[in-house]
Amino acid sequence: MLVHSRGGRWATWIVFFVLFLPLFALPLLVVVAASFATNWSGAFPSGFTTGHYDAATTGDSLQALTTSLATALTASVLALTVGAWAALAAASLKERGKQAMDALFVLPVAVPSVVVGLAILVAFSKPPFLLNGTRWIVILAHTVLVTAFAYQSVSAAILRLDPMYEQAAASLGARPSYVLWRVRLPLLLPSLNAAAGLCFALSMGELSATMMLYPPDWTPLPVQIFAATDRGSLFTGAAVAVVLMGTTLLVLLAVSRIRTKASYR
Amino acid sequence: MASPTGPKVSGRPGRAGRLRSSRGLGPQALGARRLPTALWAVPPVLALSLVFLYPLFLVVKQSLTPDGSDGVSFAPYQDVFASAAFRDALWTTVWLAVGATVGCLVLGFVLALVIAFVPFPGGKAVARFIDVFLSFPSFLITLALLFIYGTVGMANGLWTDVTGAHSGPFQFLTTPWGVLLAEITYFTPFVMRPLLAAFSQLDTAQLEVASSLGARPGRIVRRVVLPEALPALAAGGSLVLVMCLNEFGIVLFTGAKGVTTLPMLVYSKAILESDYPAACVVAVVNIAISVGLYGLYRVVSRRVGA
Repeated sequence: MLVHSRGGRWATWIVFFVLFLPLFALPLLVVVAASFATNWSGAFPSGFTTGHYDAATTGDSLQALTTSLATALTASVLALTVGAWAALAAASLKERGKQAMDALFVLPVAVPSVVVGLAILVAFSKPPFLLNGTRWIVILAHTVLVTAFAYQSVSAAILRLDPMYEQAAASLGARPSYVLWRVRLPLLLPSLNAAAGLCFALSMGELSATMMLYPPDWTPLPVQIFAATDRGSLFTGAAVAVVLMGTTLLVLLAVSRIRTKASYR
Repeated sequence: MASPTGPKVSGRPGRAGRLRSSRGLGPQALGARRLPTALWAVPPVLALSLVFLYPLFLVVKQSLTPDGSDGVSFAPYQDVFASAAFRDALWTTVWLAVGATVGCLVLGFVLALVIAFVPFPGGKAVARFIDVFLSFPSFLITLALLFIYGTVGMANGLWTDVTGAHSGPFQFLTTPWGVLLAEITYFTPFVMRPLLAAFSQLDTAQLEVASSLGARPGRIVRRVVLPEALPALAAGGSLVLVMCLNEFGIVLFTGAKGVTTLPMLVYSKAILESDYPAACVVAVVNIAISVGLYGLYRVVSRRVGA
């Protein structure tokens, strides 16, 4: 307790909420409120309607939702496989090799996403790797971007792993592959789950690289939101944004339930 | 630490494998039969090289060889560096990133301080809310600001209702200040998370002792809390700096012609103007700044152990 007087504490809390509510809570509330409004030119939105949700859950927007879900799911699975594999391989290397792997696999975080998009566009627009114009170029870019996060969270979890378990298993004669499958991976399951949720959320909201790459028949939700607001349909954009937030939250919630189940195993 | 710009793509499996077996985790007989462990690192490294390093190499190559010729030419660099649009974008990017980082550090420090040391009911919920906030994309903030401070938004609507004026005073959204506000809003939680983690490890007895010896809250924060928080502040701040330099969604959604940052310039050169050599030059500059800073961030966060 830093502030002991009652009045001082109240003053601190008031300052906290005066900063916190308008900056962090208001934006999300406003987007949700706008998605139900027909008009907003005063202090409060006016005209209640669910019409924007009809637009946001049918036609192009519905397709954008399935596109985003498919992209995020594929990219997360791929990124988790590559990231976890790389993290496990890096953990068994000597110090220098591990540092090189760390540096290599966090590089996609440091490079601007737009530049990752440009690089993939340049590299995969000509033979032998002609992916431009297909959905795979978007999925590939998302995979590259989220692999770094999968690698980071899995390798942080490996550091926290108690080596006693695998040493015990190995001393009882278990082969390395058996130790990996029956000891290390089950112990890593909670953090693999958390990494999956993180990858999924990041991929659902990815806009920068996607704007560089998306073909007309594969427009994820963020692009759809931008298209809506760019042509002035702010309220439809807000409804699509709420759909995006809701879907992301639902998936994160589902993932965290799996996580609690896994940690009791 | 190995610099992120020079990662070793090809490991030397044989040597590292032999070294590994000296760790003596299992019986030597088993170790001799299996593949050298370092070989397992090859497939993911190859995959990343193909889809990430090779494309980056092509970007650098294209920035040096305009119109596909063989000779190396710095003409695109000269053209881009000479253009006012590029210099404006560079300056805007840097000052926005620095300003947003300072704002995030100050705001994040104050908010985390209250959550950690002046606890209130619901503080846990606030911390949880911040985690959720992090999982949303950045452009949602700009979208929300359009409703709050837009030309016909909430704040201006309130103003015109109250004063009867024709238009409201809040017209900053399409200026760099709108981008700055959105970036501070979005990136402050990235500072708060490491800070809250650091504060939770701080022994509160230190605060009680300082306070019982008569130190006022301001002095305790300055002399006890701040030194403990410096590593987390440094790590969070440099991460936010890099993310601000790379931010695209917020700038795109403001739709302001007046605010062009480097990522925005890459996008408009490549997609809107189809000028790939110029886009690649800007991209190389952006990579150099961001990766350099990110390397610094990794060194700092490793040194201070955050």
